[in-house]
Amino acid sequence: MDFNDSPEEAAYREAARAWLEKNAAEHKGGASANGRRPNSPEHMALAKSWQAKKAEAGYACITWPKEWGGAGGTPLQSVIFGQEESKVGVNYGYFTIGLGMCVPTVMAFADAETKTRFVGPALRGEEIWCQLFSEPAGGSDVAATRTKAVRDGDDWVINGQKVWTTGAQYCDYGILLVRTDPDVPKHKGMTMFWIDMHDPAVDVRPIHQASGGSEFNEVYFSDLRVKDSQRLGEVGDGWKVALVTLMNERLAVGGSSGPDYKTIMDLARQVTGPGGAAIKDGAFREKLADWYVAAEGLKLTRFRTMTALSRGQTPGPESSIGKIIAANQMQDMSNQGVEMEDQYGILVDPSEAPMQAAFQQSLLWAPGLRIAGGTDEILKNIIAERVLGLPGDVRVDKDVAFKDVPTGR
Amino acid sequence: MNFDYSDDQKFLKNEARKFLEARCTSAAVRKVLDNADVSFDADLWKGVAEQGWLGAAIPEEFGGLGLGHIELCAIAEEMGRVVAPIPFASTVFFVAEAILLAGDDAQKADLLPKIAAGELIGCFATSEGPGVVNASNLSAKVEGGKLTGVKIPVTDGDIADLAIVLANEGGKAGLFLVDLKGAGVSRDTLQSLDPTRGVGRLTFAGAPATRLGAAGDGFTLTEQVFDRAAVLLAFEQTGGADKCLEMAREYALGRYAFGRVIAGYQAIKHKLADMYVKNQVARSNAYYGAWALNTNAPELPVAASAARIAASEAYWFGSKENIQTHGGMGFTWEVDCHLYYRRSRQLGLVAGAPKVWKERLVSQLERKNAA
Repeated sequence: MDFNDSPEEAAYREAARAWLEKNAAEHKGGASANGRRPNSPEHMALAKSWQAKKAEAGYACITWPKEWGGAGGTPLQSVIFGQEESKVGVNYGYFTIGLGMCVPTVMAFADAETKTRFVGPALRGEEIWCQLFSEPAGGSDVAATRTKAVRDGDDWVINGQKVWTTGAQYCDYGILLVRTDPDVPKHKGMTMFWIDMHDPAVDVRPIHQASGGSEFNEVYFSDLRVKDSQRLGEVGDGWKVALVTLMNERLAVGGSSGPDYKTIMDLARQVTGPGGAAIKDGAFREKLADWYVAAEGLKLTRFRTMTALSRGQTPGPESSIGKIIAANQMQDMSNQGVEMEDQYGILVDPSEAPMQAAFQQSLLWAPGLRIAGGTDEILKNIIAERVLGLPGDVRVDKDVAFKDVPTGR
Repeated sequence: MNFDYSDDQKFLKNEARKFLEARCTSAAVRKVLDNADVSFDADLWKGVAEQGWLGAAIPEEFGGLGLGHIELCAIAEEMGRVVAPIPFASTVFFVAEAILLAGDDAQKADLLPKIAAGELIGCFATSEGPGVVNASNLSAKVEGGKLTGVKIPVTDGDIADLAIVLANEGGKAGLFLVDLKGAGVSRDTLQSLDPTRGVGRLTFAGAPATRLGAAGDGFTLTEQVFDRAAVLLAFEQTGGADKCLEMAREYALGRYAFGRVIAGYQAIKHKLADMYVKNQVARSNAYYGAWALNTNAPELPVAASAARIAASEAYWFGSKENIQTHGGMGFTWEVDCHLYYRRSRQLGLVAGAPKVWKERLVSQLERKNAA
């Protein structure tokens, strides 16, 4: 039991480090301290030039086959590069969903011409992709898609709305899950298309989130016309295609963003509590120990996942535990930090609040983290069903035509 | 990255599971549970000794297998799964580790081969009353090589041959080896929260005592022994916690209510998912502790604290929610759930309560991240 790279892994890491050292300096400016992106044109330009640089060197999509611009590498090599990239502050995240989920779906289901047209530009960061799955009436229930596509000659005409689309405001293309047959049960009547996000029939409206920011979007389609050649997979096979997209979800390697146990320890050293120095408060110290143990547990569980990769095994859905722990811990710890500041905790003004309001920002962001990318509840279902082998929920909509499924609003 | 058992270690672990599932059945555990005169399963103890596991981490020159601590961790995990009613932890995790850590050559040569052979049961005696023992309340003392005082509770104190006792000598705390079969020792068996792990009171009235380690190092050595034991216990606890999840899963898949298996209800699914998450956190922290123990890394105190906190929480949560999942049946004597509930507390307290370890962890973190 050790943490050492195998000789091959060590050599790979060494080469990655050397390359990063030589090339990263002029591209610095990745994720900010609170883990979120400024979404400014300058930041985007920096991210795109860095992506092009990586693509040139075969570091953009390490596990992709060489013929598509990848390096034909292993998942572990991809993890190693990601670790080193994070250390030098050049991980941007604009391309994660596109290259991790959307483009692999295109590669799996599109014709040769489409692949040739899109894979390279995406890999080089010239074009960014988004994933259009969630809808107002179906968040966790992705297969409840109501956005409708109707055939018209060689075209399809699409109407409806998607929501919580990350990055739609700067994306060039997207993969879109739509309902093509409401007369069959819900999983059978869907089809997947790729679409041009710049089409005038696509209306992107940033969501004003509860946190105050606007990372996510609503996307409206009003008589959007797409060619049948933009279809990914067979008509009615949309769910099957969507599952491929979701399975491609990148192996999470990053730590949780925002304040960690050290940040709150620093705060506790500076602040007076009801019984003297906050750092001496027994209740706080117990909580601090729990946060440390959970954060370590998460980090060390990732090491176990890497070990499985290193041994040529495929890690299963057990990595679902990561976000459950990280999101809840973020919420708990940020609230404790804010309360520790007592009345001063009300301030979210970064020029006044301790740690540039890191705890306040994180408190406001945490509810979103517990929902995005699978709610706590869905992740627990995944653990229960796919890891522990417990039965799925009772499905009253399974054998009913989609149009007859009861709906609320 | 190699953060898991090796193939050889997995093989050993698998062999241990087969052996213990055959020899340490529920019926065997219950012979100890239901018989006030029996403190441990002597046949199982003999069998475990024959496997060589008592000496798994004891070097070959002292009669052990000389395998290492990761192997011992693997065995501990399997012991935990079957709530083994034997003085394995007392003898191996505490006493053998203490001797390996602080014993001189003669003490090692005398005692370790006996432990490895199963000829000597040990116990580790620090507590004297409710609450934490420290320099200001420690009252056992040694004068002229004779120990006087009372230690309570001492796990396996009722059956052990040898005790390691924390006591003052000339105003300095030290650890002392005491032959419990010798003069000046009386003991009585007390009732334990976990009757499958015996507990006793040791009363010393001028019992011959030999110092283990340096004078004045009593508390430091106790902490170091507890760090080592904490890692090993974390594996025993993680094994128990995993078993609780398996028991709850199996029961939920077979139990029907309102026309379907209760495993299909989200209230149960999410409860089991919570157990799984805690068990993974415990396992990962335990692995880190194992690495630190096996390499004698300076990170050991922090790693051991985290391992103990995570494992104590996982086992407590798993054992109580396993009963809850079983419903009324879980609250009967005949169903095994309470054996794990009891053991989770016994293991969670025997090297100090989680609350104590949390304070210890935070003190370490404060030093590590000094302002």
